[in-house]
Amino acid sequence: MIKAIESSGIAKSFGPTKALDDITFSVNESEIFGFIGPDGAGKTTLFRIITTLLLPDKGNMKVLGMDATSDYKELRKNIGYMPGRFSLYQDLSVEENLNFYATVFGTTVKENYDLISDIYSHIEPFRKRLAGKLSGGMKQKLALSCALIHKPRLLVLDEPTTGVDAVSRSEFWDMLSKLHQHNITIIVSTPYMDEAIRCDRVALIQNGKILSVDTPQNIRAGFSRKLFTVKSVEKYKLIKTLRKNPEVLTAYPFGDSIHVTLINDASDNFLLGYLVSEGISDAVIQEAKAGIEDRFLELMEKGIKA
Amino acid sequence: MNKKVIYVKNLVKKFGSFVANDNLSFEVSAGEIFGFLGANGAGKTTTLRILSGLSKPTSGEVNVAGFDAYRQTEQIKKNIGYMCQKFSLYEDLTVKENIVLYGGIYGMSKSLIRERLIDLLAKIHFQEYENRMISDLPLGLRQKLAFSVAVLHEPKIVFLDEPTGGVDPITRRQFWETIYETASRGITVFVTTHYMDEAEYCDRISIMNNGKIVALDTPEKLKKQYNATTIEEVFIKIARP
Repeated sequence: MIKAIESSGIAKSFGPTKALDDITFSVNESEIFGFIGPDGAGKTTLFRIITTLLLPDKGNMKVLGMDATSDYKELRKNIGYMPGRFSLYQDLSVEENLNFYATVFGTTVKENYDLISDIYSHIEPFRKRLAGKLSGGMKQKLALSCALIHKPRLLVLDEPTTGVDAVSRSEFWDMLSKLHQHNITIIVSTPYMDEAIRCDRVALIQNGKILSVDTPQNIRAGFSRKLFTVKSVEKYKLIKTLRKNPEVLTAYPFGDSIHVTLINDASDNFLLGYLVSEGISDAVIQEAKAGIEDRFLELMEKGIKA
Repeated sequence: MNKKVIYVKNLVKKFGSFVANDNLSFEVSAGEIFGFLGANGAGKTTTLRILSGLSKPTSGEVNVAGFDAYRQTEQIKKNIGYMCQKFSLYEDLTVKENIVLYGGIYGMSKSLIRERLIDLLAKIHFQEYENRMISDLPLGLRQKLAFSVAVLHEPKIVFLDEPTGGVDPITRRQFWETIYETASRGITVFVTTHYMDEAEYCDRISIMNNGKIVALDTPEKLKKQYNATTIEEVFIKIARP
């Protein structure tokens, strides 16, 4: 199978800062591939190299079978890029922006309308409105329409859901799933671990390094220990009490519970009694399945110890 | 009985004929972590501005930290702290300069600022960073410092806007522990966020839609009530029925 992206040993530094360090991965054709990591992990730098906007210091980046350094002209015709910051023309209308991008890529809105109709139909009633006057959710839909209007083979979305509310976020991911039918490869970055589940495969990225690449299911399954959730009304006291016990390996707040791992996986029987003896009588302990964020934490800790 | 530090009854705020806040009523206790959620344009910012003394209600009763939101807005401002993810510290000032600046703005005495500075540097192991520029600090440290600065004057309430958006999972957890610790000292933490997994950390949450509060309870009870496994699901069910 032909790969949409093949990255080997990519490195990039800005002065003393190593933004990317030996980045190797590949993306299959018509896959939704997610880069999940915090701010400053290197996601945007990597995307700028993939989209030929930045040259790597080292390594080889092949995109759609072309070299991102030498074949940049041809490659740009085949990539749709939606940067993290809204970068359409604020003083052009919705319609004018779309026409402009179509023209720049030597096509027309009419020619590729079927590709964007699902998305664009939401904002078409406002086609005379200036882009700068749109709500966040509508801006996002316009930016996606403009990135798609030349029918790219690869769509690159840099943090498309940052700052967008939960409903619009969910709609956005639904739109991406639908684009799948058009055989477009999509790479998307996000700092939000819960969005991993909407991707076919994800790369966890931190401090310019890839920690793991796999399906979301396999990443969760990679968690190496039994995981327990512990709940009590007094969360702060609960965390401190758990950490005091030498049998407790890790205790981290996770929403309304504390996620706990033990030195010895099989020995959770003692835990309830211990908490009661420390004055926490309302504790509820359950075994749980690890999430993406649990695994991310575990990989980060291993990195710190190594 | 927990002391109420935020008391809102029948709050209405209109801009011309547009009703941004439509008859809101809720209370928040001392030491509570309260999540204030809603879609873009639901009216959260309007409420937040009223609660922080920046805007006055059209009608209704609003009391913050014991002060009236119509007449005592200056006292309200002295008794609250604020931190948002986007901006909170001056990047081209050092750690120490930021602390001294904010202490001054809060009207703290020089000796008190000095005392808090020493405390704070020791508590979050910041001694070595005292004379470093904010722009030189890693993001996680900046975040922690920003929060400490927001509660430098020991306010009754601290408002946090998307406090842990974009930070790595370890920093994120350390940050929530700091929030828990602050709440356990009796400071109320009022969180606004778009990220529903952040809402899961709160003691209680309210969800706004079209200017009204449509749900208010503990995350656990809301999940039960809406037959959902996450707050995200609850939110989507409410906003898109």
